[in-house]
Amino acid sequence: MLTCRARLTARSLLRIPRICNIISELALVRRESHNVSIMEKAARNSGSGVARAVKMAIRDASKFYQTRSGAVHALDNVSLDVREGEFLCILGPSGCGKTTLLWSMAGLHTLSSGDITLGNEKITKPHPEIAMIFQDANLLPWRNLIKNIELPFELKRRAPDRARINMLLERVGLTGFENKFPRELSGGMQQRASIVRSLSVDPSVLLMDEPFGALDAFTRDEMNLLIQEIWMETKKTIAFVTHSISEAIFLADRVAVMSARPGRIAEIYDIDIPRPRSIDIQTQPDFIKRILDIKSRIEHGRGAKLAIT
Amino acid sequence: MDKVLGDKIPEFNKKQAGGGNVGLSGASFSLGDHRSKFEILVIILVAVVIIGGMELTLHILKVPQYVLPKPSLIITALFTEWKFMWPHILITLYELLTGFAIGASIGFVLAAVITQFPFVEKIVTPYILLLVTTPMLALVPLLILRFGFGSEPRIIAIALASGPMVMINAATGFRRVDLAKIALARSFGASTLQIFTKIRIPMAMPMIIVGLMVGSIFGLLTAVGAEMVGGAEGLGNRLTYYSALIRMPQFFSIILILAFMGISIYVFFFWLGKKWASWEA
Repeated sequence: MLTCRARLTARSLLRIPRICNIISELALVRRESHNVSIMEKAARNSGSGVARAVKMAIRDASKFYQTRSGAVHALDNVSLDVREGEFLCILGPSGCGKTTLLWSMAGLHTLSSGDITLGNEKITKPHPEIAMIFQDANLLPWRNLIKNIELPFELKRRAPDRARINMLLERVGLTGFENKFPRELSGGMQQRASIVRSLSVDPSVLLMDEPFGALDAFTRDEMNLLIQEIWMETKKTIAFVTHSISEAIFLADRVAVMSARPGRIAEIYDIDIPRPRSIDIQTQPDFIKRILDIKSRIEHGRGAKLAIT
Repeated sequence: MDKVLGDKIPEFNKKQAGGGNVGLSGASFSLGDHRSKFEILVIILVAVVIIGGMELTLHILKVPQYVLPKPSLIITALFTEWKFMWPHILITLYELLTGFAIGASIGFVLAAVITQFPFVEKIVTPYILLLVTTPMLALVPLLILRFGFGSEPRIIAIALASGPMVMINAATGFRRVDLAKIALARSFGASTLQIFTKIRIPMAMPMIIVGLMVGSIFGLLTAVGAEMVGGAEGLGNRLTYYSALIRMPQFFSIILILAFMGISIYVFFFWLGKKWASWEA
């Protein structure tokens, strides 16, 4: 109750004309930090969120690519924990190695040094508990939607779990499109199909590689809401790579910001905005402040680079 | 809520465009797409006009039979001589199918294997190009010296003509790897063999079918040519036989049979392409 009221005052303060902005922002910041500490205490007391077990651990991961023009240092001593049931966003500019990191977590790349573990198992090849969602949906164009979704079962030589597939199709609103080919579906529908494909095998970890990057802003908002709902319903551990700051803040429990060349974890932000989050929160001052925070962190890192070169 | 979203989004039918097809099939695959009854009628009408016109012109101008026989005579010859032509049709078909099966299988396997090893591919490609560009007919006299006048030299020539065609096209298909699709299969624990059968082959399928089509047409050319060069059987041999006797209606009915075989091959692969590779159109 107390927190709520404090927030409301902060918000109404912001509505005062521009001259007062600086003062009000200062006030907001102070109040926010106050709020955070209260909320964190509450969370700690209730035992949720903060002290979650580590699901996947990345330790000193480094990766070099051999190209014609020499070695590229893609990852440099990256250490990061993905906690049980959390929504972790990995954020960074293009070419910062975030996709390399994710593909390594999926066991699709090998690291030059360091290791990635799931529980006690070291990830060196794809693991059945981990499912990957790719950029641009990555459906096979020669298979219709249902055949695409049944692909994982086919590859594992198992009978497809029809009940689960139908439930998931229903959940994402694709019932009735089973016999359509990917080219007959919109980008959003394709990506929803790919989400169903990944969830159909019931993995405990979901790795998402800029899944909504190619979608228009409206579809992207829809997909963000959908993935939030699915995450809240299924309690999967999700690592989500994106280059959109607002998407990262909107979705994540924690945002890991990466710096470019070589890829490092620059900073980890806790996002304690209560859920379910609506699309509207993206226009609220607190949200925008978070965006600016992260943006300045990224630009600061880049500015230093530019000064050197 | 999400269910509603799904219903709202319109279907994205991309049927209007035939463009963006691959290689040689580009024109052909889209040729028979959607034809209205009217168009079919016009096509038949054109055929009737041409054949009728020919018949009439040849009749009025009194063109001698050994220059150009009338269509009616050609058709008559086809029926009256059918029982003599039939065995030769079977022989040509047998040679074509055997030679093509051998050539296409070797070509397909080579393409699949070679594209996995870039170094080997670079070494082998010039020799394959040599096989593609050299007319295999030129080898027939040599093959006859070695294998005699049976169908073996012709089968070998057909295999040599069609195999490299299949290989070069299939290799193009296998080279178009989409790493994301392979990664997708791997992320679900696919084995190398599964990646090959579930991802690589379907992805290469449009080009494989193009290769099979071109290869089989080349095979037919070589079959007829080889039969004309040596031996006493097959449709090619009949062509030289009838022309030597100046039996032009029979000669033309053989050409008609060959045209029909060519068209059948084309239609078969067209149908196959529709069935297995229509996703790319």
